[in-house]
Amino acid sequence: MLKISLSRLDELFAAIAEKQALYIPADRADGAAEFRKWEPGTAMSSKLNTLRSAKDFFFPQTEDLVDFKMEGKNIDIIDRRSEHEDFVIFGVRACDARSFTILDKVFLSEPVDSFYKDRRDHGTVVTMACTRPAETCFCGAFGIDATEPEGDAACWSDGEDLFIKANTDKGRAFIDSISSLLEEGDTAKLDQVKAKTKEILSRLPLAGLSTAAFGGDTLNEHFNSEKWGQLSESCLGCGTCTFVCPTCQCYDIKDVKTANGIRRFRCWDSCMYSDFTKMAHGNPRTSQLERFRQRFMHKLVYFPANNDGEFGCVGCGRCLSKCPISMNIVKVMKALEVK
Amino acid sequence: MNSDTLIPHVGVVSDIRIDTPDVKTFRVVSPEGGKVFEHMPGQCAMLSVPGVGEAMFSITSSPTNKEFMEFSIKKCGHLTDWLHSMEVGQQITIRGPYGNAFPVDTELKGKDLLFVAGGIGLAPLRSVINYVRDKRSDYGDVQIVYGSRSKDDLVDYKEIIDEWMKDDGVEVNLTIDNPQEGWDGHVGFVPNYVKELSPSTSKTVLVCGPPIMIKFTLAGLKELGFTETQVYTTMELRMKCGVGKCGRCNIGNKYVCKDGPVFRFDQLDALPDEY
Repeated sequence: MLKISLSRLDELFAAIAEKQALYIPADRADGAAEFRKWEPGTAMSSKLNTLRSAKDFFFPQTEDLVDFKMEGKNIDIIDRRSEHEDFVIFGVRACDARSFTILDKVFLSEPVDSFYKDRRDHGTVVTMACTRPAETCFCGAFGIDATEPEGDAACWSDGEDLFIKANTDKGRAFIDSISSLLEEGDTAKLDQVKAKTKEILSRLPLAGLSTAAFGGDTLNEHFNSEKWGQLSESCLGCGTCTFVCPTCQCYDIKDVKTANGIRRFRCWDSCMYSDFTKMAHGNPRTSQLERFRQRFMHKLVYFPANNDGEFGCVGCGRCLSKCPISMNIVKVMKALEVK
Repeated sequence: MNSDTLIPHVGVVSDIRIDTPDVKTFRVVSPEGGKVFEHMPGQCAMLSVPGVGEAMFSITSSPTNKEFMEFSIKKCGHLTDWLHSMEVGQQITIRGPYGNAFPVDTELKGKDLLFVAGGIGLAPLRSVINYVRDKRSDYGDVQIVYGSRSKDDLVDYKEIIDEWMKDDGVEVNLTIDNPQEGWDGHVGFVPNYVKELSPSTSKTVLVCGPPIMIKFTLAGLKELGFTETQVYTTMELRMKCGVGKCGRCNIGNKYVCKDGPVFRFDQLDALPDEY
């Protein structure tokens, strides 16, 4: 497999950044990792994952849609879209990489969301295999192998070298563009690292989590479960789970007044918010129980019903570590699977 | 660059009709004249006043009308207040069409049809009624049961009296909730009136109105021997994108904006009761 010494990572990043914008996980002052545009001196984070998921690259938290100029009774519609430049996201974990294929099912299904597609077309996803999964990780429950990440190209580290392999045409073009820095390397040590990681994955506290009780045909048994009351009782409706979730894709469309007229934008929204479904004549989900249930039913039942059994969760564990009341999808799954 | 369904078109309000104290019907054309886009009966469009809001409305005109689209809108919130304050010539934005349509060219073809509407619920059905009237030979007998709080709250009253009631093979049964001076027609709620009229169970039914009216109408129809597979309705939920992506109108594995708004009652039965 092609490789480059980890000591030459800066050289590699400089070579990539010469041709297109490069984003890598970097540590913030507060210790959390975030994707940041690489510039000379930016060091790659050694954290397991970024605080926020990587979905911002293709589905940003806020995004301008269109401008309106209002004059008297007349409206001018100004399409503000401009084509994006090519970019590389380097160091995406297997869970977040899978989230892109889940978001694709939403945004690239007809009618295609051109805002998302344009970003997707211009982005190259380079993943990084995990070596130190955390106790909040459960990607394996959704068929994701953290040691064999998807993405246009995948990378592995054996502690000395970075190995890289293409999964798609885009990935092959990416590797071609940096081939002068790469050389063939022996994977014997890497194979040991992978085997050790697999062993850690098999011993994680959530390694036994099963999706067997869920799927598109389990609506009736779960929707009317008596357990939603207790599960949702303490939910603050803060939406933190939604915002850190790599697969949550609900959005709002809003207008804001600018100096030149009206700008329409979309932004992330959460089905856990009380006004999400509120209309002039009422609200079909008036309680937090209903809103809480909607989020988990969507991920575990409705999404797989429409997408060949694929669940709307990748087991990244962000909601496990960020929910202020320690409620999360794992607790929901464990409670619901017990009849 | 592709156009995107989220980018609207400009529409001009070319005519405004006052239907009731809180319902107006707005005629919308493109700035160059003519329809902004084509639709089928039951489909919806997103209307917006930039800076005020954007919401989904059913298109009340029939697609057989080639000059314009019409929207009957009840004043009941922020955006609809603004729309009701508009004058002719005002531009708004419009995008669509969204959702499915009543199956006018398949399941409904050749059938005797019963339309049951309450209040502003006539708006989506009017599109079908006028489509059927314009393609009269494609359908059997038409019966329309329509009710509102009072005579003054009957939407499209003039068109009903001057046109629908004069058509051959179209029977119109109007009702109002309470007796009123100048009204010698039926008095009483729509679901009870439907039961009194006892329509033939060979008819295919299209129902739209307040949720409580729909509920009791369906129960009454079942008592008369109708099955859920011969009754259609159209749903209303909060919507933002119109294309099944923003998540707002999701019920079960359906997105009302894309998979609906038209559903048969047996299809609704398969969904969680969240509407």
